[in-house]
Amino acid sequence: MTLDRVIAFFILLICLIYGYSAWFIMDAQIAPFMARNPVWPSSFPKLLAIGGVFFALLVLISPHKPKDDPDIDLSRWSGYNYGQAIGLLALMLAYALLLLPLGFLASTFLFLILGSLILGERRWIAMILAAGIASVGIWYLVQEVLGIFLRPLPAMFGA
Amino acid sequence: MIEGILIGLSTAFTLTNILMVIGGCLIGTFIGMLPGLGPMSIIAIMIPVAITIGDPSAALILLAGVYYGAIFGGSTSSILINAPGVASTVASSFDGYPMARDGKAGKALTIAAIASFCGGTIGAILLMVFAPMLASVALLFHSAEYFALMVVGLSAIAAFAGTGNVAKAMLMTIVGLMLATVGTSALFNAPRFTAGMMELQSGIGFITLAMAMFALPEALYLVLDPARSKRSEENKKITELRINREEARQIAPVIGRQSIQGFFIGVLPGAGATIASFLGYAVERNIASAEDQKMFGKGSIKGLAAPESANNAASTGSFVPLLTLGIPGSGTTAILLGALLALNVTPGPRLMVDQPEIFWSVIISMYLGNLVLLILNLPLIPYIAKILSVPRNFLIPFILFFTLMGAYIGQNNSTELLLLVAFGILATILKFADFPLPPLLIGFILGGMLEDNFARSMQLYDGPSFIYERPMTLVLLILAAGLIVFPVLRNWRTMAKQRRGVSTPD
Repeated sequence: MTLDRVIAFFILLICLIYGYSAWFIMDAQIAPFMARNPVWPSSFPKLLAIGGVFFALLVLISPHKPKDDPDIDLSRWSGYNYGQAIGLLALMLAYALLLLPLGFLASTFLFLILGSLILGERRWIAMILAAGIASVGIWYLVQEVLGIFLRPLPAMFGA
Repeated sequence: MIEGILIGLSTAFTLTNILMVIGGCLIGTFIGMLPGLGPMSIIAIMIPVAITIGDPSAALILLAGVYYGAIFGGSTSSILINAPGVASTVASSFDGYPMARDGKAGKALTIAAIASFCGGTIGAILLMVFAPMLASVALLFHSAEYFALMVVGLSAIAAFAGTGNVAKAMLMTIVGLMLATVGTSALFNAPRFTAGMMELQSGIGFITLAMAMFALPEALYLVLDPARSKRSEENKKITELRINREEARQIAPVIGRQSIQGFFIGVLPGAGATIASFLGYAVERNIASAEDQKMFGKGSIKGLAAPESANNAASTGSFVPLLTLGIPGSGTTAILLGALLALNVTPGPRLMVDQPEIFWSVIISMYLGNLVLLILNLPLIPYIAKILSVPRNFLIPFILFFTLMGAYIGQNNSTELLLLVAFGILATILKFADFPLPPLLIGFILGGMLEDNFARSMQLYDGPSFIYERPMTLVLLILAAGLIVFPVLRNWRTMAKQRRGVSTPD
């Protein structure tokens, strides 16, 4: 089975679960006064579930035709830098979890430095300068100029 | 009308008002480049400034300048790093980003600037001529027709995928529509598909999904395959800016058609710049010659000029219902309406009669705004395009950081950042399996409006009878079905022929 059929199969499962929750879970909870309404919160999702199942099956049964000129070159997959990509994703997750406890300035500074470190950059002065200017500059622009609150300092300082 | 234009000219061409336009355009362009801050949020931020000015014409001129600037700024990030911060510039990244990757970033930005300028200017002329007339036509469109119009828009994306991919594109659209149903339903405020998570009650943020679908997979792929970034490293030294005569000849009719089409779509309340840009792209792709069609999605100048002129013309068009009926057709014009009310101006049919200087000076300042944008941006383009020559080791962490930033500012909670990463990984897998991602995002953007109009028509007609009782709805829906069925049939027929060993006559 090719990758796109595997994905279509997963989407088919998701559509079935989605449809199940629209038909059975949501409709079971509907309040009596709503039941007289011609349209329920679950009506549109039901249509989507039917459409989703239909098109997922269509993808599953239609003949697979590779594109002549794909945008993605899969032939080199064995030489991909999986380590770097996973490292960067982990770094993004860490940023998401640490943004509030560490504050915007520290977490952004660390994110930018560690990000270029993972990609193999070793020019420390340039890295520190770029990360420092960017984190302070963007914080200043967003909070002081635009007035959108971004907690600058770690949570323990109460800022 | 001549009298009105003269009043407008004399109001708009005062020193303060010209400074307002210039200031507004500059602020809009630069802030609009940051993903996460679209025209809506920038205008919202600028409202207090505008209100302190006090003079309604000057305030509106400033806000209109910010609006145009933000739309242009948004295209910049779509083109350069494939990170559309605004729904209406999503279509610009389809061909703008491939151009930038091929070392034509400067040219892409120039085309975007010129197409935006033409779209905005033609839109302003049409606004002047048609505003009063169109207001009454827009009122004829009921929710059933809006529903059908959006179904047509979604089916037209079958055009993105080309042959063999229509089913995949439709599947992606439906997944996008499903993602749009996550959150609190507009009907009865019922929470749906939130899996009991509080953070999901407000739904998934548009910017989160836009970043996850476009910018993140691209950045990850640049990391995964070093050969791809080498290719772009070789290319980025060549930054040709000029458009040659041949290219100008190619895009001129596209710009002309899409400015007009975009304007009329923009007039319909609720349709707006996003639908105009997608439809513009789809229409131009379908009417292009077979040879040009192959270039779409790979850096076609037509594919970039079409959405850029359409979204600017539509933004102008969306002022028609605002100024003539007092009905805001989009989120952005709704915020503008709020600003107008705060300034003691009540838009509506009486505005043209009671306060003509406001009505006309806004229109005149639109010309001015477009001109200022062009003059400001053309000389800046080489510097903006330099962003791409930042070394890869610095650029990629910054792109990733901007995606995080955009998602955070959009929704203001850090769960959104986890969603961003999760969707980013899924999108990368989908991209590898050759599933088209734009339809998913378009489905997501239009999902809410589509369901609202569907629910409203169902309530008005007490069931699905609106489909056959309103002829215009029926015609639009048949058109939508045709858009899906014909490419599928054509594809199956060619496949069957190939299997029988018959070569297709081409």
